[in-house]
Formats: sequence, structure tokens, C-alpha cells
Amino acid sequence: MKRIEAIALAVEAAAACGALLVCNIGYPSRELFSVKDRPENFYMLGSMGLASSIGLGLALAQPERKVMVLDGDGSVLMNLGTLATIAHHAPENYLLVILDNCCYGSTGSQPTCTKLGTDLFALAKAAGAKNVREVLRVEELAPALQGPGVVIVKVEEGNADVPIISLLPEEIIERFIRCARLVLPSGKSRP
Amino acid sequence: MKKKSRRRNTKNLLDRIDQLKTADIGKSNMPSSTQAIYQGLKRAGINFVASVPCINLQELLALVSGDPDIIHLPVTREEEGVGLCAGAWMGGLRPALLMQNSGLGNSINALASLDMLYGIPLLMIISQRGSKGEPVIGQVPMGRITVPLLDAMNISHFSPQPAQAQETVEQAWSLASAGRRPVAVLLDLEFWRGI
Repeated sequence: MKRIEAIALAVEAAAACGALLVCNIGYPSRELFSVKDRPENFYMLGSMGLASSIGLGLALAQPERKVMVLDGDGSVLMNLGTLATIAHHAPENYLLVILDNCCYGSTGSQPTCTKLGTDLFALAKAAGAKNVREVLRVEELAPALQGPGVVIVKVEEGNADVPIISLLPEEIIERFIRCARLVLPSGKSRP
Repeated sequence: MKKKSRRRNTKNLLDRIDQLKTADIGKSNMPSSTQAIYQGLKRAGINFVASVPCINLQELLALVSGDPDIIHLPVTREEEGVGLCAGAWMGGLRPALLMQNSGLGNSINALASLDMLYGIPLLMIISQRGSKGEPVIGQVPMGRITVPLLDAMNISHFSPQPAQAQETVEQAWSLASAGRRPVAVLLDLEFWRGI
């Protein structure tokens, strides 16, 4: 499947349950913006590798909200420790979706190690994550996006012809935090 | 470890945490430097902490872990902590990152292209190694460039003595929150010796 098809299904699933959606830097955010822009989308414009961490902080702060993260193979490999942290500390409202196209798609499709056989599904399992799914075909994706855990989605190399995001960083974050803070945040001791 | 001895160890740790929590600054044999920072975090309303340990932060990390009003996440790398704290703030919490100054080096891009780009506040409590009296040579290079790095990034930083530290931590968060930017509190070897 094409990455933009996977992103379209993911944002549809997120919108259906009002989930906050954190999206990786580069073309994935551009594709998401062009498929379905919504204030609950947080588009990363920097800090490659941290999508999963930003989403985890959000999910812990807002246990009543679902949080979905759209990440990539190159960026997860850049912050591999995140899989261990998620495995042991991610709450039930957190879903990490790794769109694995086996390359750095936004910088000229240079291959990542997943092209050579590094297995993100096995890495997530080995890190201790319990609910790990792998999706190879587009018709398997929608059901795999239900529930918490880690989903690795194999997608084709290549980017859709989409424009750059026309929002300023402050516009992205202001509308996002208004949505993210509709419910008061949780403290650890909250009943 | 046998179950009984594990239970005893856990009880000792919990007793220790209780002692630390109730200790007044300068009135007990508890480390006043640690207490000052902890009380500063509490007064600032910090309720989310990401951390990578330093030997000088061990008492503080025990206090934070035992605090029912603070969500504490030990992370694998400081940059990961910057991401977590950013997400927690977007969700409405007040975040702090506890780390060594070596971790500042690991966090530069995230501080610039996440926190400073979007306007996200962060309180950094940094154990500053490589300063006067440092026994580990490997700590010296980052020790020398910690302040120049913060200055280059236009990140405000404070180096309080223990007697002022509680207030400094509180004010550092106010500055971070009002200015929506990262702010650092640097705590060198002399600070932890109570000097």
C-alpha cells in the first residue's frame, strides 16, 4: 500500500474516536495535512525521532483521550529507546503506528536498515511491548488500528505530490492544545 | 533476592522517602540541597518528570518517584525526555526534565526544533558535572561548554546555592511557563555538597 493510503485510514480512525494525532516530520505530515487537516493533528516540523515520545507524554497527561502517533522506520531507529519506554510505561490510550517504507522518504529515499532486514516488529516485541501487530495489506489496516499497542505497517517507498503545510508552528500548537486540554489533565494520584 | 529481604528493602526505601519528605531544609541530617530542589518543584506545581539519572540526583529521583502527585518517567536518553515533557505540557501538565549536563548535549536539537520552535515551556534541573572538584576526566569537556551552549541557545540558566535553590526552581518554572521556553537550573558539585 502507499503511505498516503495508510495515513488516510489512520486519520479516519483517529477522527472517528476524537483521538489526538501526532505525526512525524516531513512528507508524512504533509500527506496527513493534505488528506485531512484537523486541529487534533500535531504536525512535527523538527525534532526527528520524537513523535512517539511526544505522543506518550500526551497520553499520560490525558488518560481519557485516545492518542495515536504516526511514526516512520527512520525516525524510530533514531530513538530506538522509545520502544523500551513505551513497552513498560505506555497507557491503554496510546497507539504507536510505524509506517515502514524501508527508507528516509523525505530526504531522497536513502535505505534504512529495515530494508536490510532489521525487523521493527521483533524489536518492539523484544523491547517488551505486549500488543504488537504487523500489517502488510491495506485491508488489514483498519482493524489493526483499534486498541492500544504498536502497529508496524509496511508501505511502499515514495511520496505523494502534496504541498508543504501552510500553518505556522504557533498555529499548529495553539489549536492543538485547545483540543488536547478539553479535559483537565490527570495527576498520578487521580482516582 | 528472597521475598522477605526484598520486602524489608522496600520498607526501608519507603521509610527513607517519608523522612526526606518531612525533613525541613537545614534542620535534619537529610541532604538540604536535595530538599531545596524537591520543595522548589513542589511549589512550582511540577507534576510530570522525565529523568536520566546522575549520582547527584539519586535522592531527588527517589523523592519524585515516591510522590503520588508526580508522574515520573525514567527515559533512555535525554532527548526522549524533551519529547515526553513537550507532550505532557500540551496535555496540560507542568513538566521538568532531570538530567546530567551530558544530557544537555543529547537534547540540543529537540530543545531548538521542538520547544523553542513551537513555544513549549520546560524546566531543566541539571546536575552540572565537570566543574571544580570533578574527579572524572570524561565529565570535563561537557562541563566546560554547558554554559556556552545554553548562552548560544539563548536559554536562561541559574546556578543557585542551596539556601536559594527552592526559590530559584520556583522562579525558573515561572519564567519558562510565562515565556513558553526552556529554562535551566544548573547544580554543580559544590551545590550537592551543600556549599
